[in-house]
Amino acid sequence: MSTPVLGYIDRPGPLHALSGVSKLVLALGVVLGAMIGFDVRYLAVVAAGSIALWGLSRVRLRDLALVLWLIAIFATLNNIGIFLFAPGYGTELFGTRHVLVAGPWHWDVTAEQLFYQLTVTLKYVAVLPSVLLFVATTRPPEFASSLARIGVPYRFAYAISLALRYIPDVQREFRTISLAQQARGLDISRAVGLRTRARNLGSTLMPLLMGTFDRIESISAAMELRGFGRGPGRTWLVRRALRPPDVLVMLAAGLLVAAPIVLLGVNGGRFWNPFG
Amino acid sequence: MPSHTRDAEGAAPLIELAEYSFQYRAQSEPTLHDIDLTVRRGEKIAIVGASGSGKSTLISAINGLIPHHHRGTTHGTVRVGGQDPATVPLVSTASVVGTVLQDSNSQFVGLTVAEDVAFSLENQQVPHDEMPARIAQAASLAGIGDRLDASPQDLSGGQKQRVAIAGVLVDDVEVLLLDEPLANLDPAAGRATVELLDDLHRERGTTIVIVEHRLEDVLHRDVDRIVLMADGRIIADAPPDDLLASGLLEEHGIRPPLHVAALRHAGEPVTAAQRPSRSADIDLTSAQIAAVRTWVDAGTHGPGSPTTDGSTPGPAPGSGEPGAPGTVSTPAEAPHAPLALDLHAVRCEVPVGPARTAVLLEGITASVRRGEMIGVLGSNGAGKSTLARVICGAEALSGGKVLIGGVDAHGWSVTERGKRVGFVLQEPGQMISQPQVTDEIALGLRAQGLEAEEISRRTTVVLEACGLTPFRTWPVSALSHGQKKRVTIASVLALEPEVLILDEPTAGQDFAHYSEFMGFLRTLNATGTTVVLITHDMHLAVEHTERVLVLSAGRLLADADPAVVLTDPELTRRADLVTTGLYDLARRCDIADPHALVHRFVQADRADQADSEACR
Amino acid sequence: MIRSHSPVTQVVAIGIGAALFFVLGRFAAIPTPIPNTSINIQYAVLAVFAVLYGPLVGALAGVIGHLLIDMTGYGIWISWELASGAFGLVVGLLMLRNLIAEGEFPRAVAVRFILAILLANAVAWLLIAPLGDVLFYSEPAGKVWAQGALAFAANSVTACVLGTIILSVYARTRTRTGSLSHDQ
Repeated sequence: MSTPVLGYIDRPGPLHALSGVSKLVLALGVVLGAMIGFDVRYLAVVAAGSIALWGLSRVRLRDLALVLWLIAIFATLNNIGIFLFAPGYGTELFGTRHVLVAGPWHWDVTAEQLFYQLTVTLKYVAVLPSVLLFVATTRPPEFASSLARIGVPYRFAYAISLALRYIPDVQREFRTISLAQQARGLDISRAVGLRTRARNLGSTLMPLLMGTFDRIESISAAMELRGFGRGPGRTWLVRRALRPPDVLVMLAAGLLVAAPIVLLGVNGGRFWNPFG
Repeated sequence: MPSHTRDAEGAAPLIELAEYSFQYRAQSEPTLHDIDLTVRRGEKIAIVGASGSGKSTLISAINGLIPHHHRGTTHGTVRVGGQDPATVPLVSTASVVGTVLQDSNSQFVGLTVAEDVAFSLENQQVPHDEMPARIAQAASLAGIGDRLDASPQDLSGGQKQRVAIAGVLVDDVEVLLLDEPLANLDPAAGRATVELLDDLHRERGTTIVIVEHRLEDVLHRDVDRIVLMADGRIIADAPPDDLLASGLLEEHGIRPPLHVAALRHAGEPVTAAQRPSRSADIDLTSAQIAAVRTWVDAGTHGPGSPTTDGSTPGPAPGSGEPGAPGTVSTPAEAPHAPLALDLHAVRCEVPVGPARTAVLLEGITASVRRGEMIGVLGSNGAGKSTLARVICGAEALSGGKVLIGGVDAHGWSVTERGKRVGFVLQEPGQMISQPQVTDEIALGLRAQGLEAEEISRRTTVVLEACGLTPFRTWPVSALSHGQKKRVTIASVLALEPEVLILDEPTAGQDFAHYSEFMGFLRTLNATGTTVVLITHDMHLAVEHTERVLVLSAGRLLADADPAVVLTDPELTRRADLVTTGLYDLARRCDIADPHALVHRFVQADRADQADSEACR
Repeated sequence: MIRSHSPVTQVVAIGIGAALFFVLGRFAAIPTPIPNTSINIQYAVLAVFAVLYGPLVGALAGVIGHLLIDMTGYGIWISWELASGAFGLVVGLLMLRNLIAEGEFPRAVAVRFILAILLANAVAWLLIAPLGDVLFYSEPAGKVWAQGALAFAANSVTACVLGTIILSVYARTRTRTGSLSHDQ
């Protein structure tokens, strides 16, 4: 059974001790803030903060190796893509053009382009790990109650909990079924052509889906029998009281969102322009 | 209908159905007819019936899923705790009757045990601080108090069922209603569940309603009444002793406890007065003991030895010690038949999380000859499924060799192995992807790129072999569970494998379907297919195989005649299996070789089945 | 008769749909040479969920499933997760009032299903995902549009083909009201 790339890491650190709610708010703050902000100075601070938090949370580099590798690939491929499709985008954004290396056709390397791509890369570093950090330091049962506490209707919050609960079951079922179908010659590995593979996938999906529909029926009967959905609200067994550090973290999250909005006004646009 | 309520005049009826009928919206006929049933506070009853007898529908009528979840037309009255479930919200019925569903995976919705037990409390908005104490109490009542932080993936089926029980006990329900609680458990776990329910009944006064067809296991502890259902009606509602003596169970497709059946075969059927529920404390008469001894002797010396190849089964009669614990005795087998499967010191070690591994199989050496029908026995988690997965190539070996048809299968893909070894999953729903029977069977053949003529030839052959020819143009969805199972077997047989491996082929099936299906497998075996049955059902192995491999904790405990295994208490204990009532009966009749009784029983039972099939 | 699902069933369908989306997206994706883009069979399944359980389930199962994939991968990328939700929502809205669960899947409904998929894919991958990338992440339009176009093409083909097969088989396994009798 292959485990998710990154799940909860049980190695108590300062972040583990925080309430799930405050960590969720922090992660949302980082994501939102970094979405709005394009000031390279702000992004650098957030990125540095993200890395510092990783360190603080006592999550080891080895736990992260695969994730960092994925992020690196993602960032590299995206950077190449951006340069191939829009090598002049930096010039467009900043209005100047300082050619550093003249390339073939329109692929000249400009300072503006490099600066723009640096900003984008910093953004990846700022945004991508924040949610992973939440995942690594929060026990899954706390996800749903945290969401409910920040105002997500409990039914939807519980849907997330159900998804986490049944992922291993669905995965096992998928493996069992595809094994049985492979044994019958319905190969879904890379060994066969795309068309055959798609058709064989269909033959694997069908039993999986039919079983899933039945399962939805019996789970919802079981949940109704145990009173799910009876009232407008719901309490949660797994939750942590908010303590002063939690409040501080949530304030920081507020700042993270406020800062880029202020910077929008200061810079007179989304980008901080060092060329102008 | 007789209604012997063991006197509980004072106790108020908790559940009362009167002239109750129900018809599902999608059905053209009612599923339940004129049900009259009363359950009083503090009673413990078992509702038994073959599949399709309406047991599950009766559960839905009691717990309010009818009409809140299933639509249809009802007649007559239902009262649960004095109220009609149709007129009150589902939860108020559920606060009286706690339902434990058959599929404990569907009922376990929390991410941990504690969270799942708390589920109902959370929905009632019980304050956070009050929950832990109530959870701890309910969990310890259900015997799962020490695993509160475990996630469902870390628990066995029996433990998940305990979580489900705790999850309804947390609400202080008066009645526990259990839908086939034993269907997915191995025998040892099943006994533990029956014992737990009995403790709850005696110590907490919980009213218990068990719906089940594995009657022998239910009767491991006393029940007040047995309600027998057939075709949507209640056939009998009587104390167990009366019902066992009446012969009604067999008539309606329920297998009576094996010792009861054996005494009937011996010509001295039980009477209600001798308390026949359990083999260990039935009052045997001297006439019965003598009859059993004579009957067993007649079998040992008579014609038609129980093994199909005519060789002597196990140790000769009177040779004393029936299979000393841990002995690996290979029964005589047709030495000329080539090996279909040959395992040499098979070892399987898999990673379970970062930097940790678990050894699932260790040093398994065994072989299967062509034409054999053998069983792989063991409790859940003993390594049975892993063994099948190793043979099929889903799990890599970390030591040893697997030879298929005499050739080392190392490096073969799942598909290549699939041509030699057919693997049939427990649930037919996990394999069927085509809406129509012949398409389903042809699927694997088309994938191999065979000619249309060859496909149609092989399809015709397996349809015939599996008794599916009349249904060849039917949509699969119109078939019964047993027929679907045959479709999956046909689709695997069409690939012409040397060996057929079946995972728990009869799990959850009632006696009639079980007998019919196993008869079908024996026919297949008789026509040359090598069959390996993976099961935790001891009696299935005894009745239908010549040899069993007994696994426990990934090791091979025995490779022997199943009757020897079945009657060896030390070996069954080590393998976490359960001896059946036949062993007790043999002991109490002073029969030196309990397995002789077992063989005699199987022989008589088969003759009976052949008769009943001939009558049909 | 239009079957309506109870709110509890919808919650369960969202959760299980998201789990299925996750498992298929994580373990059964067919990669393509273009970065961050693969042929995803989970969209066929998401479309089926949207058709059978409605637009709300389609939308939320898509968002949650995609979030879970990204949360356990390289991190979240809002615009594409929203696009998955939009896909489920649009398919669900355009397929409201179907009788597939009652066993009826005539040609006209199949055509409607295919059109719904095409439109939903267009909304998701040609509008929301690229627009989000440009707005939230200020990526160059040319690059995100090329990614979106590829996702549109690949997902349209897989979702139309697999989705139609699944629905037609599913419809054939459903029985019409009052049509079952005991076959004993």
